Amino acid sequence: MAQTGHLTRAPQAAVPWLSPVTRLRIVILLTILVSWEALAASGLLLREVVPSLVAVGRALAELLFRPDLKWPVDIGSLRFVHQFWVPAFYWHLYVTIMEVATALVIGGTAGLLVGLALGANPFLSKAFERFLYYLGPTPKIVFFPVMIMWFGVGPESKIAMGTISCFFPIVLSVAAGMRQIEGVLIRVGRSFRLNTWQMVTKIYLPAMREPIVNGVRLGMGVAMIGTLLAETKLSNKGVGFMIIDAYNTFDMPRMYAALLMLFVIAIGANTLVGRASRG
Amino acid sequence: MIRREAVPFVFGAACLLALVAVLEALIRAGLINPFIVPKPSEILWSFERIILEEQVLPRFLLTCGEALAASLMLTVVGISLGVLLHRWRIVRLATETWVAAVASAPLVLMYPLFLVIFGRSAWTIIMIAFVAALPPVILKTLEGLSGTRPVLVNVGRSFKLTPSQLYWKILFPSALPTIFVGVRLGMIFALINIVGVEFLINFGGLGQLVNELAERYDLPGTYAAICFVILVSVLFFIGTERIERWLRPGT
Repeated sequence: MAQTGHLTRAPQAAVPWLSPVTRLRIVILLTILVSWEALAASGLLLREVVPSLVAVGRALAELLFRPDLKWPVDIGSLRFVHQFWVPAFYWHLYVTIMEVATALVIGGTAGLLVGLALGANPFLSKAFERFLYYLGPTPKIVFFPVMIMWFGVGPESKIAMGTISCFFPIVLSVAAGMRQIEGVLIRVGRSFRLNTWQMVTKIYLPAMREPIVNGVRLGMGVAMIGTLLAETKLSNKGVGFMIIDAYNTFDMPRMYAALLMLFVIAIGANTLVGRASRG
Repeated sequence: MIRREAVPFVFGAACLLALVAVLEALIRAGLINPFIVPKPSEILWSFERIILEEQVLPRFLLTCGEALAASLMLTVVGISLGVLLHRWRIVRLATETWVAAVASAPLVLMYPLFLVIFGRSAWTIIMIAFVAALPPVILKTLEGLSGTRPVLVNVGRSFKLTPSQLYWKILFPSALPTIFVGVRLGMIFALINIVGVEFLINFGGLGQLVNELAERYDLPGTYAAICFVILVSVLFFIGTERIERWLRPGT
């Protein structure tokens, strides 16, 4: 006989100390770390390829805390000139962040303006967006020799690499975002007789916050890759240079430490910008 | 007579040609240094030279071979991991955010590590492309499988399909278009990384060609090689886009 209306309630367990998902995460992490250490101790692979976690930890601590570079600070207006001893990583990180930020400002502004023009004008969009759409996913690093010839071997060529990398995702996101704005918002703006500048600042940009921030997030990711790869190819500063320098001197724990910090920073920046799009 | 809808396209192409013509004129007039930007006509002529003298075809085939190997590995491993995460919900809850986070990390920067492991060989290039392009394939496979309409799954259950039949007859065919979006994204990432790493480590196919010509300061050749790389990438992009449209009609 079929049983109906028989509701059973699982005995209420005491609030678990950790949820099953967290416990599984801890188990996965521990498994990876223990396997790594076992592999390092076994000597099956080159010790340099899989260094002991202790060595990586030591390299990470040195990277973050051992002051090994003089960083001159000169604030002319305050008549403040001083040299601080800092870990070299922060100086290289500063260089890379400045390059990526400058690239984002230049590429982002250009992308925003071109995207607004393409989004607002269907004729221009049909004429040019196809080129941008197809050029977007091409490997930008091959432009690096040209950028060196145009802008030299200094940070300018890295900024240029970051700029051409981030321009495409931003322009395509902005153009697509502009086309998705609800017509009623545009009609409200027109009925208030807003001029072009007011339309852009009061209607278009606020309505497109999400696609713009998403474009910037994508752009930041590719700008970072473009800049860092260029630094590994030809440079004497920046995190990319640090990584390739650690490879050239075969200091693998230091390379792991630099890569680890780089990934943490990149993932953190991506998460922050992602939160901004959700408000 | 140009059809009405072709007018913007013709205008765009004409603007591009006009830009090239203006560039040629400025270089000929000496307003742009020809040792920094070679004349477009010179670049055009050097296409024949690089195709004949620089073994473009074997290089192209090598890059294609690397891309194919990386794509096959991506498809097999990425889809399998996606299915695994879909099958065990708790594993998905524990690791999906990790996979998404890894997708946003500049994994290609690990190429010196792969150089140590695999040496300066095609395997370094294939493996870095595989690792860097894996997350989107996993995430899209998961998205496709999870997005299967419940009614389809219920129909399967009402026919008493076994779990394996449910996967092969219902879930997989329904998720296939989304999975292909992931595979295509992965293939594009893989190609970008392959050409990039070829350029950076000066080994292999088309990426190395750009690097070699630049090191020889063969400017028209470098520009022509860059144009060739861009052309190949665009054709690859269009080809995979066509397949995607064929799989997802009406989108």
